[in-house]
Amino acid sequence: MPKDYGIGASTKRREDIRFLSGLGNYTDDINVAGQSYAAFVRSTVAHGKIKKVATEAAKAMPGVLGVFTGEDFKDVGSNPAGWLIHSRDGSPMHEPKRPVLAYGKVRHVGDAYACVVAETLQQAKDAVQRIADESEIDELPAIVDMAQALANSANRVHDEMPGNQVFDWGWIEDNRAKTDEAFASAPHVTTLELVNNRLVPNAMEPRASIGEFNHGTGDWKLTTTSQNPHVTRILIAAFVLGIPENKLTVVAPDVGGGFGSKIYHYGEEATVLLAAKALRRPVKWVAERSESFMTDAHGRDHVTKIQLACDKQGNFIAFRTETMANVGAYLSNFAPVTPTFLHGTLMAGPYKVPNVYVNVKAVMTNTAPVDAYRGAGRPEATYSLERVIDKMCRELNLDPFEVRRKNFVTTDMFPYTTPVALVYDTGNYHATLDKAMELGDVAGFEKRRAESAKRGKLRGMGLSTWIEACGIAPSHLVGMLGSRVGLYDAATVRVNATGSISVMTGAHSHGQGHETVFAQIVADKLGIPDSSVEIVHGDTSKIPFGMGSYGSRSLAVCGSAMTRAVDKIIAKGKKIAAHMLEAAESDITFADGKFSVAGTDKAKTFGEIAFSAYVPHNYPLETLEPGLEETAFYDPANFTYPAGAYICEVEVDPDTGKVDICSFTCADDFGNVMNPMIVEGQVHGGVGQGIGQALLENTVYDENGQLLTGSYMDYAMPRADDVPFYTVDASCATPCTHNPLGVKGCGEAGAIGSPPAVVNAVIDALQRGGHKNVTHIDMPVSPARVWSAINA
Amino acid sequence: MTKVTMTVNGKAVSGEVEGRTLLSAFLREGLGLTGTHVGCDTSQCGACVVHVDGKAVKSCTMFALDAAGSTVKTIEGMNNPDGSLGTLQQAFQNYHGLQCGFCTPGMVMSSAALLAENPKPTEAEVRHYLEGNICRCTGYHNIVKAVLAASGQDVPAVAAE
Repeated sequence: MPKDYGIGASTKRREDIRFLSGLGNYTDDINVAGQSYAAFVRSTVAHGKIKKVATEAAKAMPGVLGVFTGEDFKDVGSNPAGWLIHSRDGSPMHEPKRPVLAYGKVRHVGDAYACVVAETLQQAKDAVQRIADESEIDELPAIVDMAQALANSANRVHDEMPGNQVFDWGWIEDNRAKTDEAFASAPHVTTLELVNNRLVPNAMEPRASIGEFNHGTGDWKLTTTSQNPHVTRILIAAFVLGIPENKLTVVAPDVGGGFGSKIYHYGEEATVLLAAKALRRPVKWVAERSESFMTDAHGRDHVTKIQLACDKQGNFIAFRTETMANVGAYLSNFAPVTPTFLHGTLMAGPYKVPNVYVNVKAVMTNTAPVDAYRGAGRPEATYSLERVIDKMCRELNLDPFEVRRKNFVTTDMFPYTTPVALVYDTGNYHATLDKAMELGDVAGFEKRRAESAKRGKLRGMGLSTWIEACGIAPSHLVGMLGSRVGLYDAATVRVNATGSISVMTGAHSHGQGHETVFAQIVADKLGIPDSSVEIVHGDTSKIPFGMGSYGSRSLAVCGSAMTRAVDKIIAKGKKIAAHMLEAAESDITFADGKFSVAGTDKAKTFGEIAFSAYVPHNYPLETLEPGLEETAFYDPANFTYPAGAYICEVEVDPDTGKVDICSFTCADDFGNVMNPMIVEGQVHGGVGQGIGQALLENTVYDENGQLLTGSYMDYAMPRADDVPFYTVDASCATPCTHNPLGVKGCGEAGAIGSPPAVVNAVIDALQRGGHKNVTHIDMPVSPARVWSAINA
Repeated sequence: MTKVTMTVNGKAVSGEVEGRTLLSAFLREGLGLTGTHVGCDTSQCGACVVHVDGKAVKSCTMFALDAAGSTVKTIEGMNNPDGSLGTLQQAFQNYHGLQCGFCTPGMVMSSAALLAENPKPTEAEVRHYLEGNICRCTGYHNIVKAVLAASGQDVPAVAAE
C-alpha cells in the first residue's frame, strides 16, 4: 500500500491549484504602480565596431522617458564568472569584461547596446527602431567556427585577449602520460569524433525583470525570472552595481521553467535597476521569444574526439578526450565550470577504468554565451562515453549489455575513487541495468524487430548507462577547483505560536514542486499534517540565504539544510518538554508528533510545545530562549551520484530517414524518493529534452554569425507527437550515504542519459538493416541526416 | 483608441484599445486576466490559447477588435462556480500534467477544445491535437494521460502502466 502522506507519498501538488486556475504570479503578471517599459536596441550583426549610437531623435519621441547606452554604464562593474579555471600551464583563464550594455564593440547578434524606457511598450519599441535605424556599426568579420577562432588569433572577440582561447584545461594532468602509454600498448582503440549540438534552453516563460528604486530609503528591488535570487543579488550588489547587499531585494516569484538559463545574471536586470533610479520610475522589461533565442545562455556546443582503449574482450583500459567547448561572446557565470569540472570529472562513467584524461579548450566566438543547460557538462560526458563504447562493441562484435556489465564498478567497491577524482559513495549499476532490461523487454526485441521489418521499418535498440555528480556541492572541494562561492544552502523553520510552520528555503521552485514535497518532508519529520507547513522561497528579504536550484541540488542540499533545521526544532522541543513534563531531557523521545517521557504515558503534543515556546508561562526561561525558530546551513560532504540505465527502441523509415521512438525505458537510482509522482515527472521532462536534443533541436549560426534558428518556426522543439509514453522506474535505490535524507537528485537524469540511448538505437537500426558503413550520425539525427547516411 | 466590447468568462466587458492591440494584451493588461500567457511571438507555443465563440484561438494572433462582440473563455473561466477545479483541470493535477505552470493555461484550453470536438480521443489524437502547444517541462507524458483521464478513458491501460 503506497503512503498517502509524508515522505514517499505521491502527494498531489498544492501549487497546481493556482497554476490551473490562471492565478500564477509570474514576473510579467506583476504590474507596479507608475511602471514604465524598457526595450533594448540589439545588434543585428555578429561582430561590429560601434561608431555611433543615435539617441537624440529617440529621446524626443512620444512617451520616451530615457535612453541609456553602453557608454552611459561604462563605469558600472562587470558581470563576473563564478569560477576561475587554470590552464594546463598554470595560467589563469582569460576573463574579458562583460558590460551591462555593449560599448565599443558588439559581439553577437542580439548583443544589447542601448535601452529605451517609455510610458508604453509600443513607444519604447518605436524608439528602439529609430535608434537601430540611425546608429552606425561597422561590421567586422564574424568569428563563428571554433577551430578558426583558435587558429586566427588576430581576429578577436575581445581585443584585449591575446586570442580567442579562454583556457586550455587538462584533467587530470598527472594522468596524461599514463593514459597516452595505455593507448600506445592497448590491444584495441576506438576513436569517435562527434558534435554535441548547441541547444537553446527554451523555458516557456521568457526572461523578465522589474527594477525599482526607493529614493526615500535608498532601497533597490528587482523582481526577476531567476532560479537563485540570492546569487543574483550577490552578483548585482557586489560586482555590477557596487551597492550593499542589504539595500537590494531580489524577488523571483513564480518562474516558468529555467533548465539552467535562469541561473545567470543578465545585463537587462542591471539596466532596469539603473534606469529605475535615474528615471524615478519602476521599469519593466519582458523578453520576446526572439530575444530569448538570441540572448538566453545556450547549452552544450562541444566538438569532441573521444577514444577508448580496451582489450579484445571489451575490458576498458583508458578513455581520452579532446574537446573544444564554445563559450560564446561573453563568459556567463557558470561557463568556465560547465565544460570542465562538470564534464571532465564524469569521464570515467560508472566504470572501473584505470586511465582517464580529458583536455578541454574553451573558445570565444561571436555567438550567444553558452553555459549550463539541464545536465550541464554531464550530458556531454555521458554522450561521448556511451557512444564510443557502443562503437567499440560493434568493432569487436561484443554485446553492449555485457560490455557495460563487465566494466561496472561493483557494489563491493564503494566508496570508489575514479581516476578523475570523484569518490562515488554508493550505487548498484548492475541492478539498474537488470531492471531496465526487464522493463524494456530486451528479450522480446527480436520479435518486435521482425514485426517492424514486415512493415519495411528498421528497428533498433540503444542502451546508455549513465552516472552524474550532483547535489552541488562541497564548498571546500569546489573552492579548491576554482569556485568563487560556497555551494552550501540554508533553511529556516519557523514554528508559529499556534503550531503552523513556515519554512524559508534557499531553493527556488520553477516547476519542481518544492512547495509540496518540502512540506511533505517537514510534516513527516514533525508528525503533523502537510497542510500545516508552508514553503517560502524566491525572496531575499524573507529567506536567510540560499544558492538556489540547479545541478539537482534542491533536495540533496537545501532539503538537508531543512532537515537539520527541523532536527534543531525537535532538540529544542525536547528541552521544553522535559521542563513541562518534569523529566530529564535525555528521557524525552519524539515520535508521531509527540514528546513523551520514555516508558511512561506522559506526553505533550508538538502543538502544546510550540504554544509554550511563545507563551512561556511554564518554561525554563533561565536556560532557554522563548520562541521556536531554527536556521541551519548545510554544506554537503560529497557530491551525490545518481545513476541508471536507459534503453530506447526506434523504428527508422529507410525511405525518408525519419526516426520514430517506439519505447523509452528508464531505470534510475535516485536514492530515497520523497514524492514518486514528482520524481517520475522530472524524468519524463528530462527524457523529453534529451529526445529533443537527439532528434530535433539544433542551434545554427551561419558563417556571418547570423542566428538561423531564432524562432519556433526554425528551432524544432519536441511536441507531444514526437515522443512516446516513457517507462520510468526508481526502485533500485541505494540511499546516499552522506546526507540526512539519503537522496541523490533527479532533475537532470533524463537529459543526461537519454541522447546516447536514442542515437545508439538509430545506429543499431541502420546496422541491423545492412547499412554497415554507418557508424555515427551527429545529433540531431534528423531525417535528412539519416537519409544521407544511408544513401552516402 | 477604439472602444471594444465582448463577453469574457460570462461577463460583459469593454475597454479602449488600439488597432494593433492583440487579444492576449487586452485580456492581460486591459482586464487583468493574467492567466493567459504569452510565450512566443510567432503563434507557435500555444500558451495564449483561449476560446473565442467556442473555438480554440491563439490570442496573440488575434486583434482585440476582431473579438468585438464575441464570447471569450479563458483559463480563469474554467473553474467550477465554487472555485474548485473543473474536471479537466482536476485531471491535470491528478496526473501531474504540469510543472512550471506556464504553458498550462494554453494546454488546458486546447485540451478542452479537443474534448469538445472529440469526447473520446485516442492517444495519437491527443498528441496530434496538442502539436500547437509546447511544454518544456513534462515531456508531455502526464499531459496526455490527464486529457485521456478527463475523457473518462482507462489511463493505465492506454499508457501501459
